[in-house]
Amino acid sequence: MNHALKREAMALEIKELLKELTDAPGISGYEMDAGQVAMKHLKEYSDEVEIDKLGSVIALKRGEQTNEKRYKILLAAHLDEIGLMVIKIEDGGFIRITSVGGIDVTILPGQSVTILGKEMIKGVVGAKPPHLQEPGESGKLIAMDDLYIDTGRTKEELADIVNVGTLVRIESEFIELNGGCVSARAMDDRAGIAVMVETLRRLKERRHDWDVYAIATAQEEVGGIGARTTAFTLQPDIAIAIDVTFGDGPGIPERRAYPLGKGPAIGLGPNFHPKITQRFRDLAGEYEMPNQLDASPYPGGTDAYSLQVSRAGIPAGLISIPLRNMHSTVETLKLDDVKRCAELLSIFIARLDSKFQEELKCL
Amino acid sequence: MLIEKLSNASGVSGNEKEIRQTIKDEVTPLVDEVTTDSMGNLFATKKGGDNSLKVMLSAHIDEVGLFVDQVEGSGFVRFKKIGGIDDRVLLSKKVLIGENKTPGVIGLKPVHLGGGSAVIGSDDLFIDVGASAKDDKLAKVGDTAVFATKFEQSGDILRGKAFDDRAGCAVLIELLKGSYPFTIVGVFTVQEELGLRGATIAAYNIHPDFAFALEGTTAGDTPMKRDVSPSTNLCGGPAITVMDRSFISDKRLVKLLEDTAKKENIPYQFKRTITGGTDSGAIHLSRGGVPSVTISVPVRYIHSPVGLMNINDLNNAILLMSKALQRIPEIEEMS
Repeated sequence: MNHALKREAMALEIKELLKELTDAPGISGYEMDAGQVAMKHLKEYSDEVEIDKLGSVIALKRGEQTNEKRYKILLAAHLDEIGLMVIKIEDGGFIRITSVGGIDVTILPGQSVTILGKEMIKGVVGAKPPHLQEPGESGKLIAMDDLYIDTGRTKEELADIVNVGTLVRIESEFIELNGGCVSARAMDDRAGIAVMVETLRRLKERRHDWDVYAIATAQEEVGGIGARTTAFTLQPDIAIAIDVTFGDGPGIPERRAYPLGKGPAIGLGPNFHPKITQRFRDLAGEYEMPNQLDASPYPGGTDAYSLQVSRAGIPAGLISIPLRNMHSTVETLKLDDVKRCAELLSIFIARLDSKFQEELKCL
Repeated sequence: MLIEKLSNASGVSGNEKEIRQTIKDEVTPLVDEVTTDSMGNLFATKKGGDNSLKVMLSAHIDEVGLFVDQVEGSGFVRFKKIGGIDDRVLLSKKVLIGENKTPGVIGLKPVHLGGGSAVIGSDDLFIDVGASAKDDKLAKVGDTAVFATKFEQSGDILRGKAFDDRAGCAVLIELLKGSYPFTIVGVFTVQEELGLRGATIAAYNIHPDFAFALEGTTAGDTPMKRDVSPSTNLCGGPAITVMDRSFISDKRLVKLLEDTAKKENIPYQFKRTITGGTDSGAIHLSRGGVPSVTISVPVRYIHSPVGLMNINDLNNAILLMSKALQRIPEIEEMS
């Protein structure tokens, strides 16, 4: 197989993987379905896989180190996605909702949804047609309190199926755009999980000494919960979060935007160990891989936030995939960026040794 | 399923080619003659009876959508709206652009960067097709775009785009399967959403004795801030318009529909808002005037990416119209 063909086959694989991962529901706290999909794929390239008490999926791929002390690197990409929750079922069957995670309310009117009740029920978020609006109404923001889901069923018909507390997934089918871009809901952060799967796959062909724990973490969107508990349990020597960052586009300030197709965005700032940041930069340079610096003075926004301060502290790093329309139903990224993140991570892991571990002590 | 095929087809006002072809394929076996005119109205004529009586049934084939008015050097597509679309339903929706049906997404500023804090007007929105440069094959000025919504059915509940007025188109196609003691001209009109323009020339051309506009109209039986009588109710049966912004219905035709519904025990309702216009607004003013009425299938969330309707309302509209049409000669005799 020539290189171009091989590249194409791989792109197809990652695309299929992303589709499967984003199709599965996994709202924070209820990640089971997405977890099963993540588990299936992580299993293929690892030695052990388990699901922990809070729903994080933990895959271990052993390294070839023979020393008494086994070094560990933890990779964390979060499994959960933002969604909605039922708070009231009104007469007429109209369902009032609240958000789970940082939902942008303005994307909701006219959106298709699935209510994850005792059975899956499709519905739409009602959008009053212009014909029935008061003058000036279309210029006003619609608050979450004024939104509702309409399934076309009556309150009585919903009674045994939907309850207060039932979760609701915002629907949006995975689609392929042009230029190697794909768009779906929950790319944040199933794309990170795809990077982990692809990283493990590449490590099959690349010798690595350290043990690699690839974790699809639960409940990131509600405070980095899964990363916090798994890091405590595993006590890794290095932890790398894999998440998404703001892609470029109209209206996005250039200094906050990481253009699609320009490679992994490497985390820089107080949340990250400077030597890890530097190592990523050096390796990307050495392999002539496009990359960008995602500089932030504030810790937070990803699993790296809780990883860094687990137990007595873990040197942490962050690799991000540029993503347009974050926290929407059309989260859009470029497949090339996903592949490059995996390539950079697999090189990083293959190069880990005890010397690098010593360097992290900030002596 | 007919309504599924109709709902999924593209046909933004001024660019109704695809939906016209879909409907043409459906009606050709049902009628005596199929013709088109200069704007793209599709006429399906079914002769009947030995009289000169001619009844026009109209349903508009166009749907609201987007019109590409600029493609930026960076590949992002800017657009204007065609028809009454609330800017607030556009964010984070998928669309299909032009004849190639290029998939695109309407992008937004993430909530983390200050998005969601104000209503964004459509002039400031953009479609992302994944291109990094202008490419005519993907999108070009003048292309139209539809919401990329696929029709779905759960029991009696139907969800999809463009039920305004593919619901009316479905009713009309079903009616063309019947036989009537007079000539029926079914007109699938264009550009209704731009001011009833197709119906204007179609009515002149046909010069009918009576006209029925078949519609998918607003169902307002949803949570409202003020306690108002809903425009129409879902599951309330077909809605008869007495008056809207564009016309006052012919009272004999209103009575015909109401009497027929009562006699045949078919659920029906009157439309309780007078907003919105329908093809009747143009038809009743044609030449020296045409007695007209509008009858509609109630649809929640028209002009948005996804509407919701009940199949019983659709079937009852077909039933009521087919029964009422048989009684048209009675009116003719009365006048």
